[in-house]
Amino acid sequence: MTASITLSARNLNRRYGQRDIVQNVSIELKRGEVLGLLGHNGAGKSTTLQMLTGILAPNSGQIEVCGIDLQRHPEQAKAHIGYLPETPPLYRDMRVDDYLSFVAKLHRVAKDGLAATLAETKRRCGLEESGRKIIGTLSKGYQQRVGIAQAIIHNPEVIVLDEPTVGLDPAQIRDIRTLIRELGDAHSVILSTHLLSEVENLCDRVEIMQKGRLIYGDSSARMQQYGHQPGFVVTLLAPPPLAELEDIAGVEKVEVLSGTRFRILHAADTQTSGVLLALAAERGWQAQQLTPLKGSIEDVYTQITENEPA
Amino acid sequence: MIFTIARKELRSLFAAPSTWVILAALQFIFAWFFLARLDAYLQVQTQLAQVANAPGATMSVASPLFGTLALMLMMLIPLLTMRLLAEERRNQTLALLLAAPVHTSQIVLGKFLSLVAFIILVVAASTAMLALLGIGTQIDSGLLAANALGLLLLSASYAALGLYLSALTKQPIVAAMSATALSFGLWLIDIGGAGTGNALRALSPTTHAQSMNAGFILSGDLAYFILTITTLLLLTIRRVENNRMYA
Repeated sequence: MTASITLSARNLNRRYGQRDIVQNVSIELKRGEVLGLLGHNGAGKSTTLQMLTGILAPNSGQIEVCGIDLQRHPEQAKAHIGYLPETPPLYRDMRVDDYLSFVAKLHRVAKDGLAATLAETKRRCGLEESGRKIIGTLSKGYQQRVGIAQAIIHNPEVIVLDEPTVGLDPAQIRDIRTLIRELGDAHSVILSTHLLSEVENLCDRVEIMQKGRLIYGDSSARMQQYGHQPGFVVTLLAPPPLAELEDIAGVEKVEVLSGTRFRILHAADTQTSGVLLALAAERGWQAQQLTPLKGSIEDVYTQITENEPA
Repeated sequence: MIFTIARKELRSLFAAPSTWVILAALQFIFAWFFLARLDAYLQVQTQLAQVANAPGATMSVASPLFGTLALMLMMLIPLLTMRLLAEERRNQTLALLLAAPVHTSQIVLGKFLSLVAFIILVVAASTAMLALLGIGTQIDSGLLAANALGLLLLSASYAALGLYLSALTKQPIVAAMSATALSFGLWLIDIGGAGTGNALRALSPTTHAQSMNAGFILSGDLAYFILTITTLLLLTIRRVENNRMYA
């Protein structure tokens, strides 16, 4: 069974004055998927997310949330969206509990389930202790948690997070990522970021945005292979002559790193590593360690954004 | 949904200490005026008793005080309306309301109703104070009610004006200044044109509160207030809706 599509945007365009901020952006999101929208500052990420949440009207294009047209039936469609903007929309003078129940009522959470929903949301976001606190007195990390709690309290199908981990310390980033990953299992999450490690750790799929266009989209695992020659580094304690390694099917190049370590580059889609290990066992090369070469996502990103003609 | 938003606005209004200070100061100043007015009335009361068809206590004490209160509210309401939308925009909390499954009109009406509730509180407290006249003399409750209604409508139109101006800017203080300036200007049109039959006077809300101040509820005046408030609220809704177009 294929997962159902919860959010689909087709050919979104948005202009500010004479400038095209977003051009021809199409995005599809399935249930249980975390999509990362990656791009430099000013690439149009936030504008795209604002359009997806109905805060900003696109100049042209169509958005459907769970099959409901966002422009035609904004109220029904928005009921399925939870949105955390770049700056969390917090009323600093309110208590966390009051604020969250206001948001819940705003999203038509039924009155009799309100207390349970509130407790559950606070638990998920690690806010159990903070209910009576005034939002303005909370630290940045906790304010961000309240921001996320605000976005998920009505249990929406689609959760839109605009740079959810900006300005947090490493421990808080880790907590929030765990939470997002958890959310991604039951809901669809789309998040924008310029942190590449976030994409690497969190996202199933990546869309890279530059100058208002989507220039690359793929699963984040495949993105790491982009433009990269497959290969591995192997340690052989009793290495054979170099020529013997070069003769293995699919091997294109062997580099000697030290007496016992070799970097082997091979053609795509071959089982070279398996073949080599089998040979090693057969001929007593004493294979010890085999590490696949992985492009750092930074390199890949730079490569993709630079390949694109400006 | 309107009431959810209105209740939240009222709560944050009363969570601010400044609201209580404003309320207390307003009641104190009003009580002071009341006392002064009552004192003056008691001094001329013996002479008034000799005039045929002399104005009663309600007419001579309460009605002018409602006029004074109207002026105070004209200066006070912009301070309450200024934050309603301007501050939401400045703190970027408007996104919460715009992304929620509510219609823009519900946002605007909710905010307006919270102010109306506040105004009702002020008008009720002041009317109750004036009703104390009943301890010493017979009061004209019809006149008192007409006055209260007039003050309510007048203040509601100031609130609608303030709300609209708050929707136009990001700076609450700009919203407050322009609302005060505009309502002051409209008041000046009224007193400047008094007795000249100048048609411009019809624009001023204070002109339309006058007959209610004297105890007459005229349908023309009611229509003026209802139309003014509706127009300003529609303009506000339009302005907030435009956020989606030209944020």
